[in-house]
Amino acid sequence: MNELIAKAKYLLSSKTVDVVIGYGKGSGKYARAEFIRKLDDADKMIYNETCIQNLATYVQKHEVKHLGKIAIVANNYTLRSLLVLASEFQFTEGQVLALYITPENKIVEMPDFKSIEDHLATVDTGLKPDEKEIVDRIEKMTVAERWDFWQKEFAKCFKCFACRSSCPLCYCTKCMTESNQPQWIPVAASDLGNMEWHIMRAMHLAGRCVNCGDCARACPMDIPLNLLTYNLIEGIEKDFGAKAGMKATDISTLSTFKPDDKENFIK
Amino acid sequence: MAEFEPKIVAFVCNWCTYAGADLTGTSRIKYAANVKIIRFPCTGRIDFMLLLKAFANGADGIIVSGCHPNDCHYTYGNFHARRRWMIFRKLIDFAGIDINRISFNWVSAAEGARWAEVVNTTVETVRKLGPYENYKQVALSIYDQEDKTHE
Amino acid sequence: METEKRTLKKSSLEKLFNSLKGEGKKIIAPVKKGSIIDFCEVSTIQEMAEDYLLTVQSAKSAAFPKIEKLFDYVISQEGVSTKDRNLDSIPEMVLFGVRPCDAFGFDSLSAIFNWETKDTIYSKRLEKLSIISFSCNKADAYCFCTSVNGSPGSIAGSDILLTYAENDEFLAEIITEKGKIIAEKSDAFEASKDIDKSKLLADVPVLFDVKKVVKNATASFDSEIWVEQSLRCIGCGSCAFVCPTCACFDIQDESNGKQGSRLRLWDSCGFSLFTIHTSGHNPREVQSARWRQRIMHKFSYMPDRLDVIGCVGCGRCSRACPVDMNIKEHLIQIAKDKI
Repeated sequence: MNELIAKAKYLLSSKTVDVVIGYGKGSGKYARAEFIRKLDDADKMIYNETCIQNLATYVQKHEVKHLGKIAIVANNYTLRSLLVLASEFQFTEGQVLALYITPENKIVEMPDFKSIEDHLATVDTGLKPDEKEIVDRIEKMTVAERWDFWQKEFAKCFKCFACRSSCPLCYCTKCMTESNQPQWIPVAASDLGNMEWHIMRAMHLAGRCVNCGDCARACPMDIPLNLLTYNLIEGIEKDFGAKAGMKATDISTLSTFKPDDKENFIK
Repeated sequence: MAEFEPKIVAFVCNWCTYAGADLTGTSRIKYAANVKIIRFPCTGRIDFMLLLKAFANGADGIIVSGCHPNDCHYTYGNFHARRRWMIFRKLIDFAGIDINRISFNWVSAAEGARWAEVVNTTVETVRKLGPYENYKQVALSIYDQEDKTHE
Repeated sequence: METEKRTLKKSSLEKLFNSLKGEGKKIIAPVKKGSIIDFCEVSTIQEMAEDYLLTVQSAKSAAFPKIEKLFDYVISQEGVSTKDRNLDSIPEMVLFGVRPCDAFGFDSLSAIFNWETKDTIYSKRLEKLSIISFSCNKADAYCFCTSVNGSPGSIAGSDILLTYAENDEFLAEIITEKGKIIAEKSDAFEASKDIDKSKLLADVPVLFDVKKVVKNATASFDSEIWVEQSLRCIGCGSCAFVCPTCACFDIQDESNGKQGSRLRLWDSCGFSLFTIHTSGHNPREVQSARWRQRIMHKFSYMPDRLDVIGCVGCGRCSRACPVDMNIKEHLIQIAKDKI
């Protein structure tokens, strides 16, 4: 992608940014993250259908943050992740320059929140039909069937936390699993520990998850973790009309309330 | 054979439901003794993890109860709680946890008789559902993991 | 014991399997689980996966499981009483259909677990474990066993190694006394034939000189290369947990009132809090320090202290890695002079 390489070289040589986070050729199915600081390295950059990883997770990695001002190749999910991070005061406007690449391979620079918000207002990043279909299928099962389905999936987990590490919104320096006074979540990868971990992680992402699917892709045991958050996203949109990462001034669904929130189960 | 007596854990707020439960007692209203009450300053303080922990520690059913909307002692703690329960309930139902075992209520400090009714209804509902064996078995998994390494 | 060469007809594989099952042994084999291939207990040979390269996880959980109970305890008025594991309750197990790299990995694990003091639980598990491996007739771009003193047909660590020849036959190598007893009991093996094993194995080219990796890594503690290599690492535990030779563990007590168990669990040096001290100081505060530790532990400290390389070249870490760290590429880079 010559235009992208040229843009990266320009941004670095003009000292607009200190590092460009983009994609390079991976050794397997997907492209890998590249951190371009020297002009020659920019030649490694590519952009195609293998570039799926949500790079926003690196904006929170302190070894990357310390490199200085960041330019980041962003797809729609990355843009939404950036806005959620911005709404949680994780970086200030101007610290991160988003480079959005249109389907026609044009590069759009988004230096401020408004440009990202305006763009996202024009695209549909909701649940896709096949994602909705899987969630519907599970919802149609009986409670006992759902329990069996998820227990079987959770049994595969060995708590490697690839799901947590790959998620841009799981950035707590001390995760709830790392607290031991009290020990909320058992450290062991037992059936109970795994179930509590995954349910609690999904809850901590309620109203914040942008549905990039990196958690499920990162899982070495192929557990469909994103289904838990898909279900949440669907429910939150229906009950509260809220969608994470559309505005930098959004307040997350769980942090706020409306006096007339409608429920039907509290007696 | 003795009838199954469900173990119910109740997470209640101090200013409304706890006072209401107290009123039930001083009014000499008899109600099921299966419930263990845990007092919080406000329903807004009830972390969703605590409900899972109640099940993991052997509870068959759970009651969550607090001030009516607009009556919260801290103004809007119960509004936050309400939103939290709306989301959490959907998630755990999706994950296969039996939400019929959890009863959410607003019980004020003046509703002594209502508290007795809430407890009695929940106990009967959970009694019909039976002990929460599924969850208890998973909770024991940590002491018993040897045989499951390669399942 | 000198390795005995025999032949096993493919149709007799089931006979061997059933003989092991008949003795009441727990058989662990690769099984297709949805979109992945992983180790699972099987009761019939038909449950085994066919046509697989490698399982996602290594076979180490047969001797070093993800959760291992060390002892139970009860706290009472008199103090704390403990009850050790009943080692006799550990079942006899057979790893059926693992790869030479899996079997080889137990050598590294044993070097760590039995270093100076024998780890009784690990050793008991290994004692009750029989390993029947299948040689590799294909490999992928992530494999590099030949670069770390291994090979797709290595007998190291296995009790019996089966190499698929033509005519629906396996060249069977009976390597240990354990393997000999299994062969005799099963009555499935026939006389040896003149089969050239080298022609049946996958071609895994040597990609780097491991001695150079050891030398260069040892000399480069302060090099910038660790920072460059680890920028995309997100610090999860995937690589450590799927690795056949990674042995890091955490000790946790799980309590239920006044009683409980002490458990040994898998841990990873890649986690940010792995080396945090109670004072709050963390000697490996940045990911580059943790990545350097991973490479040096396997290619410098272990060769130095235990005379064994902490890597079997199976490539599982690279396949499982969510951000494509690809250890093989990094090792090739380290093997070049001047890092």
